[in-house]
Formats: sequence, structure tokens, C-alpha cells
Amino acid sequence: MKNTKRSKLAQLFLSVFKLSACTFGGGFVIVPLMRKRFVEELGWIEEQEMLDITAIAQSSPGAIAVNASILVGYHVAGIPGALLTVLGTVTPPFIIISIISLFYQAFRENAVVSLVMAGMLCGVAAVIFDVVIDMAKTIFQKKRVLPFFVFLGAFLAVRFFSVNIILVILVCGILGAVETQYREKKQKEGGAK
Amino acid sequence: MIYLELFWSYFQIGLFSIGGGYAAMPLIQNQVVEIHSWLTMTQFADIVTIAEMTPGPIAINSATFVGIMVAGLPGAIVATLGCVFPSCVIVMTLAYIYYRFRRLRIVQGVLAGLRPAVIAMIASAGINLFFTAVYGTTSLPADPGRINIAALIIFLCAFFVLRKWKITPIKVMAGSGIAGLILFSLF
Repeated sequence: MKNTKRSKLAQLFLSVFKLSACTFGGGFVIVPLMRKRFVEELGWIEEQEMLDITAIAQSSPGAIAVNASILVGYHVAGIPGALLTVLGTVTPPFIIISIISLFYQAFRENAVVSLVMAGMLCGVAAVIFDVVIDMAKTIFQKKRVLPFFVFLGAFLAVRFFSVNIILVILVCGILGAVETQYREKKQKEGGAK
Repeated sequence: MIYLELFWSYFQIGLFSIGGGYAAMPLIQNQVVEIHSWLTMTQFADIVTIAEMTPGPIAINSATFVGIMVAGLPGAIVATLGCVFPSCVIVMTLAYIYYRFRRLRIVQGVLAGLRPAVIAMIASAGINLFFTAVYGTTSLPADPGRINIAALIIFLCAFFVLRKWKITPIKVMAGSGIAGLILFSLF
């Protein structure tokens, strides 16, 4: 019995380790891969549960990949499982970046590398603009006024008035909570009539 | 105490980067470049580039990188721990509430309010990177004519390819790197 539990934990750790090591390009990519591994292959998590996990991972602070693996670990083996999966998710990027940092100085002084890096920086800027446009579309398609002003206000505050980012996040979060409460209240009143 | 500062900075980055993906980027820039000057803007642009090319979330990648730059391997461990600590506590609490009550309306409300702001901040950080790429500074210089044409061309091509064909970022990055090597050595 103890042995099967241990092998389950080992399998859990190895699964997230491999997923993390092979996931390029942001947190949204790891979720479908996790679903494949834990729902389809291992059958440890149900389909609906995985959707819930995704929702919580996206609504919580921090990296989606880390959040999702905490939830998977917690679900499979409680708090020890969660700690194990965090470790499994963080270790691959930690090792890779540590190795890169070792060579960073020499790497950066190399003429060829610095030209390639300069070119890639243009690529990163393009990737981020692309992501921003996709994200902005989902907001503006709803044609509501508040999100538009929040976007504009936050942009001006951060870009031109150097307002503290954390302050902007807190204010907008509270604004969102209040608006949701207000709309729900209105809906209820509307239903009562 | 450098370890405490690293932990606290990355704790804040972990705690306030809501909305996934690139949401951590403006916070990292704020903490690491503006407040503590642990990295220059060029080094920050480098780590964003490296993070894009390697697996793992950008927050974790930058925690490791900054930690090593500032205080060696122990620094990297401390920064990474700081970065995941808020997630561990909050996600487990939310999971508990979620499985208990099966609804997170207020959390969803907070998220809905935050999303436009998060996008705005990512846009702002993206503009910083764009200026770094074509001007070498984070803001529009006094003489906008001093633009690096080759860099602008690579940016526009990459952007066009991404919008038009939805190619994976990693391929776009590889292409931009090769284009950089060729164009920047010619001009």
C-alpha cells in the first residue's frame, strides 16, 4: 500500500516535471497538456474537475502553470502533493535559466549572439503586441463602457503618470468586485419584480 | 539584507500578477529595473527574450535569473520561493472555498475588473520593449528619426506573420534571431 502511494507521488512529480520542461510559450499552453496527461492518460482527474482547475488557476495570482500544478497536486495527494508538484514545475526552468546565467556574460559579449538577441527582441515585442491585441479584442467585443475606461485609465496611469502598478491592480480589482456585486443586486431586484 | 529584498520583491510579483501569461512582465520590470535597479533595461529585455525561448513561466525564469545575478544560487532559490509562495497559499485557499461552495462570483468579478488593466499594463511593457528594440531606450527619444530601420523591419515582419498566420511565437523568435544576425551585420 505504502509502495503504491509512493509510486503515485513519484509519477505525479515526474509528470509535472516533464510537462514543465517541455512547455514553451506561456501558461495557457500547459493546461491542455495537463488535461491530456491527468485526465486522459492517468485518469486521476475528471473532465469537469479539470475545467474548474483551469478556472481557479487563471483567477489566482501567479503563473498559470504553477497554479494549475498546485491544484492538480492538491487534488491527487493533498498538501504534500501540491508542494511536490510546485517543485516539479519550478525545477526545469530553474535549472535551464541557472545554466544560461552562468554563460550570460560571455554569451552577451559574443558579437553573433548579441545580433541574434537584438533580432529576437524585435520578435518578442511583436509577440507581445500580438497577445495584447488578442486579449483586448475579447474585452472590447463585449461593448461595455467600464472595461474600456479601465483599460484607458490604467494605460495612462502606468505609461504617463508612473502610478504604482500594485495600486492600479488593487483599485481595478475592487472596482470589478463592486461592479459585479451591483449588477447581481440589480438582477435580483429585476427578478423580484 | 539582499535575500529578504529578493524574496519580498518576488513575493509582490507573485501576489499581484493576476491574469496569467505576460501579466507578470510589467511588475517584474517595475521591481527589478525601476525600484531596485538589479537589471538594466537591456538585461531585462534579454531575460524576457530568454524566457520566451525557454520553457517555464516568465516570473520563474526571471526570478532565477535575477537571483543569480544579484546573489548567486541562494538568491535564485529565495527569489523563486518568494514568487511561488503567494500562489501556494492563495490557490489552496481558493481551491478549498471552491470545492466547498462551488462558486467564486466575487473572485470572477475582481478578475473581470482587472483584465482590462492587466492588458493595458502588458501593452505598456510591450511598448517599452519595442522602444528598446528600435531606439535602445524605453521611451520615445527627442529625435524619433534615429530609429533602427532594420529592427523596425524585423518587428513589422514578425508582427505581420503572427497576425496573419498565427505561427507559434517560438518560430517567430527563431526567425527574428536569424533576421537580426543577417540584417544587423549588413547595416
